[in-house]
Amino acid sequence: MIKRRKFSEALFKALGLSALVLAVGTLVLLFGALLIDGVGRLDWQFLTSFPSRHASQAGILPAVVGSTLVMLVTAFVGIPIGVAAAIYLEEYARRTWLTELIEVTVTNLAGVPSIIFGLLALGLFVYMLGLGSSILTAGLTLALLILPVVIVTTREAIRAIPVQIREAAFALGATRWQTVADHVLPYSASGILTGIILALSRAIGETAPIVTVGALTFIAFLPPSPITDQPPYLSFEWLMSPFTVMPIQMFGWVSRPGEDFAANAAAAGLLLVGMTLAMNGLAIYVRYRMRKRVSW
Amino acid sequence: MPTVMTEGKAILIDKSGGMEAAGRRRARRRREFVIEGGLLLAALVSVATTVTILAVLLFESLGFFEIVSLLDFFTDTLWTPLFDDPHYGILPLLAGTVVTSVVGLLVAIPVGTVSAIYLSEFASPRMREIIKPTLELLGAVPTVVYGYFALLVVTPALQLLWPDLPGFNMLGPGIVIGIMILPLVISLSEDAMRAVPMVLREGSYAMGATHLETAWRVVVPAATSGIVAAYVLGVSRAVGETMVVAIAAGQNPNLTWNPMEPAATITAYIVQVALGDLPHGSIGYRSIFAAGLVLAVMTFAFNILGHVMRKRFREVY
Repeated sequence: MIKRRKFSEALFKALGLSALVLAVGTLVLLFGALLIDGVGRLDWQFLTSFPSRHASQAGILPAVVGSTLVMLVTAFVGIPIGVAAAIYLEEYARRTWLTELIEVTVTNLAGVPSIIFGLLALGLFVYMLGLGSSILTAGLTLALLILPVVIVTTREAIRAIPVQIREAAFALGATRWQTVADHVLPYSASGILTGIILALSRAIGETAPIVTVGALTFIAFLPPSPITDQPPYLSFEWLMSPFTVMPIQMFGWVSRPGEDFAANAAAAGLLLVGMTLAMNGLAIYVRYRMRKRVSW
Repeated sequence: MPTVMTEGKAILIDKSGGMEAAGRRRARRRREFVIEGGLLLAALVSVATTVTILAVLLFESLGFFEIVSLLDFFTDTLWTPLFDDPHYGILPLLAGTVVTSVVGLLVAIPVGTVSAIYLSEFASPRMREIIKPTLELLGAVPTVVYGYFALLVVTPALQLLWPDLPGFNMLGPGIVIGIMILPLVISLSEDAMRAVPMVLREGSYAMGATHLETAWRVVVPAATSGIVAAYVLGVSRAVGETMVVAIAAGQNPNLTWNPMEPAATITAYIVQVALGDLPHGSIGYRSIFAAGLVLAVMTFAFNILGHVMRKRFREVY
C-alpha cells in the first residue's frame, strides 16, 4: 500500500518534470531550428540591403529603419500617457464609478486581440482621421496597444513605494504633485523603466495590427530623413511615409515559396528574437538591480 | 530689515506679504488642479479606446448587415465575400478558429496543468526562480516567429508521421498555438496554486497523505477557479491568435472539423483582406469589421469570465 503510493508519487514527479522539459525543450528545439536555418544569412549585407526579388541579395534595412521610427512614435505617445494614467489611478483617484470604469477598461484592453487594435486603427486613424498607412498611424496603434502594459507595470512600481514616504512629504507641506514628482516617481523610476522596456519589446514584435493598417511587405526606399540640410534642420515628413517593420518583412518572406526566402525569414526571425530577448534581459537586469539596492 | 518703521507701514508690508503668499497658494492650487486634470485625461484614454473600438466595429458592421441578413451570416455555410457569387456565412471561419483553438488547448491544458502542479508543489525554489523568468521570456517572443515554426518546422515534422498531411493544415498551427499559450497557462495556474494557504497542505500531510495526494486532492480542488481562469484566458488568447494561423493554416474558408485539413480562421481572413487592396467602404472591406466584431465579442466574453473566476480564487481565503 505505502509502496504503491510512493511509486505513484515518484511517477508523478517524473511526469511533471518531463512535462516541464517538454514545454521548455520544444521551444529550445524550435529556436535551434531557427538558428540553423537563419544564421547563414545574418550578415552585414543582410542588415544593409533593400528587399529584392533575389533572396540572396535581399536585406532588411528598410524594416529596421521602419521599426525604429515606429517605436519612436509609440514611445513618445504611449509612455507619457501610460505613466500619467498610472499616476492618476494610484495617487489621485478616489473610489468612484469613474475609477472603477477606467480600471475595468484597462484590464479589458490588456486581453483584446492585437488584430482588433488593427481594425480600430484602420477605421479611425487611416480613414476617419485621414492619416493613411503611415509611420504615424502604426506608431499610434502600437501606443494604444501597449498602454495597458505600461499602466499595469507602472502602477505596481508606484505601489511598492511605502506610504510613509508620501506622508513625510505631505507633513513638510508638499502638494500632491510635488510629492509625486519629487519622491514617488524618482524612487519608482527603475520599476517603471522595466515596464516600459517590456512594453516596447512587445510592440516591436507585433505584426497583426500593422498588417491591418496597411504596411507594405516589399519596400525599396527609406522614409525621408528627420534631419535636413536646410533650416530648420528638422523634418517630420517621415511621419507620413509608407513603411514596413521587421515582423512584417519576416511575414512577407515566410509567405513566399522557396527555401532561399525561408532562410531570409529565419534570419529576420533571429534578429527579432534576439532583440526581444535582449530587451527582456535588460528589463530583468534593471529589476534585479533595483531589488538589490532598495531597502525601505 | 527696517527696524525703524511706522506702525502703518509695517502693517502694509505684512499685508502685502500675506497677499503674496495667498497669491502663491492660489497659483499652486491652480497648478495642482491642472495637473490632476491632465492625469485624469490620460487615464481616460483607455476608456476612450474601448469605446472607439466598439464604435468602429459596430459602425462598419452596420453597413455590412444592411446588405447581409443576420440569418445568412450565422447559417450560410460558405464564406466567399470576394467572389462574383458572394456568400457571407461566418460558420467556416468560426469552425477554423474553434478547431485551431481546441488543438491548442489539447496541448496546453494537460502539459500546462501538470507543469504547474510540479512547479508549485514539487520543484525547489531555485528551480522555480529559473523556470518562471524563462517562461516569461518565451511569452515575449513575437508571434510571427511562431508562425514560422508552424509552417516550416512543425508541419514538416508532422508530415513525417502522416505523409499525406497538406502543407497548410490546422494541426500544425494548433499545436504551435498550444506551445505558445503554455507560458500563460503555467504561470497563471501556478499563481492560483501558490495562493492556497499552507495550513491546508499541512492538514493534509498530518492525515498521512503523500505529496501527490495533497497536490491532487487538496491543492488543485482549492485552486480550481484560478486554474480554470488560466484555461479561459488561454482560450481567449488562442482565439485571437493571428499570425500563426495566417501563415500556416491556409487562406481558404473551409467548413470542416478535421484538423488535418487547411482552413482560414477569423483572424487569418482579416489579415488576408488587409494584405490585398480593397476599396474603403466596399462590402469586402466591411466584412472584416463584421468578422472582427464576432471575434471581439468572443474574446470579451472569455476575458470577463476569466477575470471573474480569478477574482473569486483571490477572495476565497
